[in-house]
Amino acid sequence: MSQATTMTEAHAHDVHHEESFWTKYIFSVDHKVIGLQYMFLGLFMALVGGYFAYSFRMQLAFPGQEVPLYGLVSPAEYNMLVTNHGTIMIFWVAMPVLIAAFGNYMIPLMIGCDDMVFPRLNRLSIQVFFVSIVVLFISFFVEGGGFGGAWTSYPPLSSVAEYSLTNWGSSLWLLAVALEIVAFLIGGINFLTTTMNSRAPGMRMTDVPIAVWTINIAVIMFMASVGPLVAGAVMLFMDQRLGTTFFLPSAGGDPVLWQHLFWFFGHPEVYVVLFPAMGIVADIITTFSRKKLFGYRAILYTIIATGALSFVVWAHHQFVAGIDPRMANIFAVTTLLISVPIAEMLFCYIATLYGGSIRYELPMKWAMAFLISFLVGGVTGIPLGASGMDIFFHDTYFVIAHFHYTFFPIAILAMFAAIYYWYPKMFGRHMNKLLGEIHFWGTFLTFNGLFLPLFLVGMAGQHRRIYNYQHFPDLASADLQGIRIFATTSLVLLLLFQIPFIWNFFASMVTGEKAEANPWKANSLEWVAPSPPPHGNFKELPTVYRGPYEYSVPGNREDYWPQHMPDRN
Amino acid sequence: MLDYFIPRASSFSGDMDGLFNLIVYGVGFWFVLTLSVLVYFMIRFRHSVSPKAAYITGEKHSESKWVHWPHYAIIVFDVVLIAGAIMVWVQVKQTLPPKDDIIRAVGQQWSWSFVHSGPDGKLDTEDDVLTVNDLHVEVGKVYHFELQSRDVLHNFSIPAFRLKQDMIPGRTITGWFEPTQEGTFDLQCAEMCGHGHGIMGAAITVHSPESYQATMEAIQNGTYESEYLKRLKEGSTPINAKRPQVSQNEASPYTEKLLSSF
Repeated sequence: MSQATTMTEAHAHDVHHEESFWTKYIFSVDHKVIGLQYMFLGLFMALVGGYFAYSFRMQLAFPGQEVPLYGLVSPAEYNMLVTNHGTIMIFWVAMPVLIAAFGNYMIPLMIGCDDMVFPRLNRLSIQVFFVSIVVLFISFFVEGGGFGGAWTSYPPLSSVAEYSLTNWGSSLWLLAVALEIVAFLIGGINFLTTTMNSRAPGMRMTDVPIAVWTINIAVIMFMASVGPLVAGAVMLFMDQRLGTTFFLPSAGGDPVLWQHLFWFFGHPEVYVVLFPAMGIVADIITTFSRKKLFGYRAILYTIIATGALSFVVWAHHQFVAGIDPRMANIFAVTTLLISVPIAEMLFCYIATLYGGSIRYELPMKWAMAFLISFLVGGVTGIPLGASGMDIFFHDTYFVIAHFHYTFFPIAILAMFAAIYYWYPKMFGRHMNKLLGEIHFWGTFLTFNGLFLPLFLVGMAGQHRRIYNYQHFPDLASADLQGIRIFATTSLVLLLLFQIPFIWNFFASMVTGEKAEANPWKANSLEWVAPSPPPHGNFKELPTVYRGPYEYSVPGNREDYWPQHMPDRN
Repeated sequence: MLDYFIPRASSFSGDMDGLFNLIVYGVGFWFVLTLSVLVYFMIRFRHSVSPKAAYITGEKHSESKWVHWPHYAIIVFDVVLIAGAIMVWVQVKQTLPPKDDIIRAVGQQWSWSFVHSGPDGKLDTEDDVLTVNDLHVEVGKVYHFELQSRDVLHNFSIPAFRLKQDMIPGRTITGWFEPTQEGTFDLQCAEMCGHGHGIMGAAITVHSPESYQATMEAIQNGTYESEYLKRLKEGSTPINAKRPQVSQNEASPYTEKLLSSF
């Protein structure tokens, strides 16, 4: 692929011996190759998740009719599609692309070192991740079909095969998720150790770009929260396969215990994927507004405060799940308090724009779309966190619309911002701007067309995970059906608008305009390395003299001041 | 504004809609303000109008106050919101007003069994009236409910009552509601419960005292026609009777099979 075209350049700096295609691209220990492997696998899984969403949304819009490219959607298949859509988008798209792909590719470059500290562990991480995908795909095709008990997989439905009717589907699904978690733990250890030990000479922790900070904080949160989930997953697996009864009330178990273990992980997980997205956006808005980040420390503290608070809000997913109702009051307070640091963080981002000189290149457009959409996602979370209101909204489409307004900006808008921003670095060429514009406007408009209507059906009481609303006369009215058809049409358009991107992504590797090392005139260290960076990254390892956001400093000739430059620029 | 989408048929639904309005106006104010500032900055500081950027660190107090002050205001607003949320929560979930009657709902894959207490107002006695997928209550009476499940988690959800509560196998969960508007409304299972989750619906009918009496007698005489099945066939909608219905002929071929499985 693109590397082939730039191999001569890469080889000039390659101190290692000649490698075959197999060791160079498949079993590589180079952090950049592993990062790209994560990115390609993640983007491929995004297509799978999108195809699932397409299939079940078509069933909702045109119930009982054959879906083109899928066929009839049976209730069991509908459940399987929604379950695996959610699982895939969170575990196999948001996490691998935002954290593993950009983390792997960018952390060593941004902190100015030649590779991860544990390159072989890194290779193990991507291999385990690949196996997890294989296991997930096998789970779709075993007898009884894929698991359909929702991505939260509440027992006893998920633990008893006679209830779920997906005997092996449930177990393989659980195994796939567990393997994916293992892959991330291995990768996460690497990110943390590398950031702690391999920073360029002179780089203090406060000189580290926010994107690196956020990935590391996300990794710490992931490590701290995933333990209970793994314990729960082992118990659930034993319930499924060995006949234990941890979650089976008829034998003394407690199904609500799983919910606590799951959401103790599940809520911090939201911030695990949010923070890297926020970090990427911070780097992009400073670069394109030529401004210093407003309140670097304040942003850092609010991220840490949000992260800490996110560990004590999990039961807001369980307000009506049969927990002690008095508990709900405590969790409503912590949940609404989390709006304070998050709001402060967003205010800092907005304040960064003040006094700037904003160039709306494609990455900046995506970053602005992220901020605006995430603002909608943030404020619509408040009715859900307010315990009294959640009695009505729990498990309605209002919840779906809300978290897609957070997750879509995180996993899709911020991901595209990052891809358009770092593409010249990764592949040494620019992407086509016109196709990029079509892709941006097409995606942003249809995304709103898809999820804004879902707030309305949610307010009408439409509950989740129903394959056909004709069995609920209040919800079968023609105008609600009209809203569903509108949302589905938007989804189909949204998916079609990804075609220009896919074409642009691959074609630009060959035909794109050649990019220099620092096309955006940015400060951080990844732009010091050649584009694309060769094995070993830098011609000579840089020394750092200042933070990454010194834009438009008075007294300088240029409006940027790279971190590694000793003198005024 | 929720009553535009769905009727208010229980005593606490008005309070909940009020809470929603409080949130919408309060949060909406901050949302519009923040979005306006963001969009204003985006336009005002574009490169063609603002060719040279300023150097602002945001670390000095004179600068950081611009993000601190709004966030103090948000704390105050949060306190108001939390108070409202907890007031509604306590009313619906933490109090149990004295009952006029009691019902029991039992969920199973994938249907509902309802037990009406009968004339003596007590469950588990001779005069109990049992129905499937069809719950009958009387307007203006305070009902206690007992929720049970035979297999997996289900959820007892009546959107028109603004009521939702999980049903957990092995437990009996108690709560209350007071219907205030006559009519027939959807009763849903709102927790994923397996292949048939999408058809686990039921109807709750709020009667006048006379009509309630007549219905109970009809059930016992065997002359009663299920309100739930009638609604499925006719597709009536109490939200707005004038709304046209999606044709029932387009129902999925799997529906018949699932419906006939119990």
